[in-house]
Amino acid sequence: MSARTFLLLFVAALALAPLFLPAFTVTLLNYIGLYSLVALGLVLLTGVGGLTSFGQAAFVGMGAYTTAVLTTATALPPWLAWVGASTWLALLAGLGLTLIFAAAIGGLTLRLSGHYLPLGTIAWGISLYFLFGNLQLLGGFTGITGVPPIEVFGYALESGREIFYLIWLFLLSGIITVNNLLDSRQGRAIRALKGGRLMAEAMGVNTTDARLAIFVLAAMQACASGWLYAHLQRFVNPTPFSLHAGIEYLFMAVVGGVGQVWGALLGATVISVSKQWLQDLLPKLVGSAGNFEVIVFGVVMVIVLQRARDGLWPAVARWVPLRRPPRTIDPGVPPLARRPMPAPGEIVLEVKGATKRFGGLVAVNQLSLTAAAGEIVGLIGPNGAGKSTTFNLISGELDLTEGEVVFRGRPLHGLSSREIAALGMSRTFQHVRLLPAMSVIDNVAIGAHGRGNPGLLVGVLAGAWRLERRDEARLLAEAARQIERVGLADYMFEPAGSLPLGKQRLLEVARALASDPCLLLLDEPAAGLRYLEKRALAELLRRLKAEGMAILLVEHDMEFVMGVVDRLYVMDFGQKISEGSPQHVQRDPRVLEAYLGGVE
Amino acid sequence: MDLQIALLLGQDGITNGAIYALLALALVLAFAVTRVIFVPQGEFVAYGALTLVAVQSGQLPGTVWLLVIAGALVALVELVAAARASRWRGVPSTLAWNLAYPLALAALLSAVPLQGLAMPLQILITLAVVVPLGPMIYRLAFQPLAEASVLVLLIVSVAVHVVLVGIGLLLFGPEGSRTPAFSDGRFEFAGMTVTAQTLWVIGCSIALIWVLYLMFERTLYGKALRATAVNRTGARLMGIPTALAGKLSFLLCALIGVASGILIAPITTIYYDTGFLIALKGFVGAIIGGLASYPVAAIGALLVGLLESYSSFYASAFKEVIVFTLIIPVLWWRSLHAHHVEEEE
Repeated sequence: MSARTFLLLFVAALALAPLFLPAFTVTLLNYIGLYSLVALGLVLLTGVGGLTSFGQAAFVGMGAYTTAVLTTATALPPWLAWVGASTWLALLAGLGLTLIFAAAIGGLTLRLSGHYLPLGTIAWGISLYFLFGNLQLLGGFTGITGVPPIEVFGYALESGREIFYLIWLFLLSGIITVNNLLDSRQGRAIRALKGGRLMAEAMGVNTTDARLAIFVLAAMQACASGWLYAHLQRFVNPTPFSLHAGIEYLFMAVVGGVGQVWGALLGATVISVSKQWLQDLLPKLVGSAGNFEVIVFGVVMVIVLQRARDGLWPAVARWVPLRRPPRTIDPGVPPLARRPMPAPGEIVLEVKGATKRFGGLVAVNQLSLTAAAGEIVGLIGPNGAGKSTTFNLISGELDLTEGEVVFRGRPLHGLSSREIAALGMSRTFQHVRLLPAMSVIDNVAIGAHGRGNPGLLVGVLAGAWRLERRDEARLLAEAARQIERVGLADYMFEPAGSLPLGKQRLLEVARALASDPCLLLLDEPAAGLRYLEKRALAELLRRLKAEGMAILLVEHDMEFVMGVVDRLYVMDFGQKISEGSPQHVQRDPRVLEAYLGGVE
Repeated sequence: MDLQIALLLGQDGITNGAIYALLALALVLAFAVTRVIFVPQGEFVAYGALTLVAVQSGQLPGTVWLLVIAGALVALVELVAAARASRWRGVPSTLAWNLAYPLALAALLSAVPLQGLAMPLQILITLAVVVPLGPMIYRLAFQPLAEASVLVLLIVSVAVHVVLVGIGLLLFGPEGSRTPAFSDGRFEFAGMTVTAQTLWVIGCSIALIWVLYLMFERTLYGKALRATAVNRTGARLMGIPTALAGKLSFLLCALIGVASGILIAPITTIYYDTGFLIALKGFVGAIIGGLASYPVAAIGALLVGLLESYSSFYASAFKEVIVFTLIIPVLWWRSLHAHHVEEEE
């Protein structure tokens, strides 16, 4: 069965459900829909983005309270009164408020390590809960009653059976837009957040902004769920928006499976249904009243995280085998714009007296080197000589202790690796950094992230509603072109992690090329390659050189290096000990000593 | 507010702050050694306080049965692991600690009239019952995930917190309790009245911090923990087992938590779920210290205590809001210093 058929059957079942099911089941389904919408945001945050939030219930509360206050208040100031006239305007007001608060919380915590956001959301969840309970305007702990129903084209959705359709419409469009988003330029950046931030930054992705985007999206989904909740219940009080409710939403996402958007729906269903059942059973079992089901949920959560990190979804998905349409690349689309290349011979990179100290260790000492357009420059030296540190200093992963790096006439001091990448420098890593679960073409397309990028906001909106398919096709065509160039065309749609190490290195070269650089830093690209592959790589490097690219190459395979470079720098213990043509360097006694020990 | 009230509030703030400081230190310790953000810390506070209440009223505390069950689970898990690896060397001591000890303790406590015991003995019993739960929880929930990311460990941590709160309700019921003060004395000091309980709290906190300091500086186990905190892989290569370091740090966290509970129980009414809010205030202190610096965390926690005390005077309904909002400027200040993107561990 194809995914589309399955979705259509699912929608048809949903459309018929309220007509035939008893009121109790419809109510349960309403709540499952509301919870799923919140859990969906957590899937995006936790499963895809490697972040999490315990404060989603507070955002639900924000949506619920905003609409409750605006639509019930009798004495709003005139500049605000018009918002209360329609429940839909109140939804917009709630979303706007959520946007501001989520952006503020995210802005404060997302530059820090990933655990500061969840900690921040715990504090946020508690603060907002107490605020709901203590503000007179919000009705204190008794809450606000008399919330009107939602009107759609003048028709009031009074009963649970009626609002059912609106709730599930919100949820389905949420699921579809998130799925769309993940399959777009910004979506690839988001998928790189978990375990690939360093690489993504080096490819020009602003990972802090990408994190902020998913946090704000998740918060707004929670807010929408709160708006629906307030008009379903027709009354609000602080209890359902406490921190513990926030934790329960996370349970749903984790138990259902944070790796996949449908996991949210599954988790919300399982937790809601079993909660009903446990709330009946447990108090009878232990003989007193209380929320004992949380004990079971907590234990299940620990077991899920220990035994099946992907939750229940993979087990369910096995029963519904969905055919995915084969992906195609359209080679006919107009290619992406390229940056103007520097004139042949122009000095592209100039490192002057670069020094890096780690505490007492001087990893790189007073190193100077240059690289010109249309030139392949080698950087060799024994293990631990400081070659990779030099790369990290040039590309901005590390800060210089002393000295200066100038790229195309521009000093790079204080620029981040992302800003440097945007200037036209790209690199590969000594220890490959790629996203093993993503396909080869998606990995390479991350390299082209910065090319023709319309910006985060436009990118997210266009991606969610599939308005950028033409743009995306050009991006993928470019990625495919680079993959063919390095000889990986047969592996284009394989998961990157399934490739042998040598081919993973070639993938990194393709990814770096996809960013259209004028300086390419290659850290041991030939390691793990077979003879023919090495010859092909050398051929590729010569072709790039002929196109006017400057290439700086760190490599241990001397035959490969000597055959391909124009000039060489040799490092030992952080110092430059020799430079010049391959012939000159090979005869330099200091080089021989560094590699082979003393020559008497 | 006159000076008298200001001083009184200050005294309150420092008393609570001292306890938050203890908790903040434990949180920094657990995070440094195991990367676990130890959310269930608060449950040890509540369990400690409420177990002491039960002991003082002559009941067998429910936590004893929790200890027996948790111990049995640990023993089971260890036996399965031993059978799989065919390594039986450590099994006798595992069984002794996780099966024999809880059962012996349960038998002893059911035989002894708890109500009539001297308070120091009652406190000792409380420690003996609740503290071993720390390493047991590490073994059951966290040890299988020792290599997981901070995020996964945090989620597990929250799950364990929820489980322990639920069990707390089951064991202690929804009513809150207080214990009698360690002593009823009062002193006149520089024009204000200082209660003896305040001095007990501050004195015990300082003593406990001093003992911890000595342990880290002087003992082999303390040094092993420090080594693990600095470099986990390196410590393991030097023969320090990660599991041991984890259990040890959880033991210390539990000890600090229970001690805090015992200290705070005469000052505040403790419910089964109060511990969470108390520990969270320690958290705010720990975050001020960047989850890394012990002295800054302790000072931060004192600050939280003072802020809480003064805001309860000016806007008592909003004191929690004010305290938890404090972390916003702290996070902002920290984020100014975050320059490079780091890969999440």
